[in-house]
Amino acid sequence: MNNLVNEIKEKFDKQYSKINNRVVICGGTGCIAGGSMEVYKAFQEEYKKRGLDFCLEITDGCREKSTYISKSGCQGFCAQGPLVSVGEIFYTKVKAADVPEIVEKTVLKGEVVERLLYVNPVDGTHCKTLHDIPFYQKQHRILLADCGKINPEDINEYISHGGYFGLKKALEIGQEGAIAEMKESGLRGRGGAGFPTWLKWDLTRKSQADQKYMICNGDEGDPGAYMDRSLLEGNPHSVVEGMIIAGFSIGASKGLFYIRAEYPLAIERIQKAIDACYKTGILGKNILGSNFSYDLEIRYGAGAFVCGEETALIASIEGNRGTPRPKPPFPAQKGLWGKPTAINNVETLATVPYILTKGGKWYASMGSGKSTGTKVFAMTGKAKNTGLIEVPMGITLKEVVYDIGGGPLKGDKVKAVQTGGPSGGVIPPQYFDMPITYESLQEIGSIMGSGGLIVMDETDCMVDIAKFYLEFCVDESCGKCSPCRIGGYQLLSILNKVTKGTAKEEDLDKLQKIAKGMQKASLCALGQTAPNPVLSTIRFFKEEYEEHIKNKHCPTGKCKDLVSYKITDKCVGCGMCKKACPVGAISGELRTKHSIDQKKCIKCGQCFNTCKLKAIIKG
Amino acid sequence: MAQQKTADAELSAIISKWKHVEGSLVMMLHSVQDKLGYVPRETAMVISKETGIPLAKIYEVLTFYHFFKLNPPAKCQISVCTGTACYLKGAPEILKEIEKCTGVKDGQSSADGKYSVTSLRCIGCCGLSPVISINGKIYGQVKPAQVKDILAEVEKTGAAK
Repeated sequence: MNNLVNEIKEKFDKQYSKINNRVVICGGTGCIAGGSMEVYKAFQEEYKKRGLDFCLEITDGCREKSTYISKSGCQGFCAQGPLVSVGEIFYTKVKAADVPEIVEKTVLKGEVVERLLYVNPVDGTHCKTLHDIPFYQKQHRILLADCGKINPEDINEYISHGGYFGLKKALEIGQEGAIAEMKESGLRGRGGAGFPTWLKWDLTRKSQADQKYMICNGDEGDPGAYMDRSLLEGNPHSVVEGMIIAGFSIGASKGLFYIRAEYPLAIERIQKAIDACYKTGILGKNILGSNFSYDLEIRYGAGAFVCGEETALIASIEGNRGTPRPKPPFPAQKGLWGKPTAINNVETLATVPYILTKGGKWYASMGSGKSTGTKVFAMTGKAKNTGLIEVPMGITLKEVVYDIGGGPLKGDKVKAVQTGGPSGGVIPPQYFDMPITYESLQEIGSIMGSGGLIVMDETDCMVDIAKFYLEFCVDESCGKCSPCRIGGYQLLSILNKVTKGTAKEEDLDKLQKIAKGMQKASLCALGQTAPNPVLSTIRFFKEEYEEHIKNKHCPTGKCKDLVSYKITDKCVGCGMCKKACPVGAISGELRTKHSIDQKKCIKCGQCFNTCKLKAIIKG
Repeated sequence: MAQQKTADAELSAIISKWKHVEGSLVMMLHSVQDKLGYVPRETAMVISKETGIPLAKIYEVLTFYHFFKLNPPAKCQISVCTGTACYLKGAPEILKEIEKCTGVKDGQSSADGKYSVTSLRCIGCCGLSPVISINGKIYGQVKPAQVKDILAEVEKTGAAK
């Protein structure tokens, strides 16, 4: 074993010590969409204009006391982007036009530009640093800690933060040693099912074959979730290191990344990370001077949700359409090209280096019961703060939604939280005090899933939500097995009837019967879990279904066919609604109460949105 | 003629790069779509001839995956994210507004090849929901009322020409 990583770290730290301060501009997809790359350029121009020294990467060429202007991966607080930090000071919603003022005040004088600070919506205080912001305070960021700090395209900086030391340790303690460390950590698959990672590795290691493969499942398709995207883009080397350690532990000589083609930046960053590893001597022959040789390549997904299933993913890499096959044999015995294969999710792999460097015991000290460590969630929907968060397992939904998320966006009530995407279920407020673990979520009919966490409020119709997820699964069903293909279609047509007001009371039983049949008889997890959103919404919001079926009424007004708009006595006859109506269904003289012709009304809601006096009611 | 020649040369380069790699059909089709924006039938036929993969198998793969396109892309490709976060925050209304402004229905292209409108699954920008993407550029926190201005801006900057 050579001392390559130690040498790189020493060299980088020495170069880094020369710079005076650092400006970090978030280069996550969300912030880029908000214009962060213009901000990145504006900083360079402003420095040039003022004749100040700066560098864009850490090399021997960096001058003493210069500023390092760098990009980072996703910092998680996407709704507030573009995010910029100067030293410890943290700015939100920064535009290129703000840059001269930031340089003038913050960089040169150390003053704070108040208007760019995040304002805590609860008490109105200005938050100067990241640590002052409630969104970050309750989080426990391990995987995401470096994600928002280091330059994702600089292998040396990753190494200086302890990167590839996990790999070094794995090579020192050997396959069994590394797997033992993983066992002690208690890490379970973060793709959703929660299978113990060490066991998967050990089974693959014990399979006898001339060739084995390691695969990273980066086919994140769950709508409303982007944890994997952010990790691949924000800290690609952590995933690459995880892949090398996993490959070493199972005895593979080749690893493949399977990444969605819809994530071009993730593909680009992983490719750069792989190239940098080859150049440095961390991939290829005799890695870090050991006798372990290993190659990594990328394969693109092509937009099929079912390819997140292991056997379908393998079929896709083999160049076929992605349809699953019955298990056993499990990939650990017969996987890619019939050879033993281990497949892990991106987040799982990104955790591996930290476990190897800090120890399995350290990792197991976080979490609750059989669910150890931390979990990354993409919190979206109707919360005040949305974004990527990392929390210890065992945290309660109350802490997540209210302390980190800041509570509901509008009004004072959260109706439910949805986890697990199209395979998961809704969780009503009476369970918000329950610790989040793989087991507890399963008990109440949801799943951990890959990490989508969607906050829903009183305006969201539960039947509509179930229909939304089911439409997704029906569309994504590969069609190979009939329980999923036909069952899903039938469930959807009944739900359509419910939302149109043509369903009968017995349809509710029928929904549950078909759903249970699908859970038992479908070939793969897609079909087995597709009915979960239906069952869980019926379980907790049965009265809402009954209201649709019996009274032909949608309490939230989401189901258009069951809604009617009425003008109340509050109407002063301003005529705004009449103008807004696209079909001329509203009549009435100026300054007298208007009325809506229900036969003409197409229920578009334009009048409802236009009325400033709230004289139009939906019901 | 010259253009055809470079196109042919590019196609042979793609085929020879992947021909001997096992299971590389999906990657080959990705490379073709990356260059042309879609996979034309003639190209699929050339791939079939050069690699020995039956044309039916190529189409089996092409039509299975949502990502592959069989028709040339429009000049201005509008995609509306209908992932859960965007759906809850009003993606259906935005889609309706876009259909109204362009006269093109979801999943279709205009006859003159100017606009195409698609609703697509999560593009992983949930923090900015609702999100639309025009020719790959992402617009976040879009309100239905802004659609008109965004389309006008795209037209002005020439992306739609």
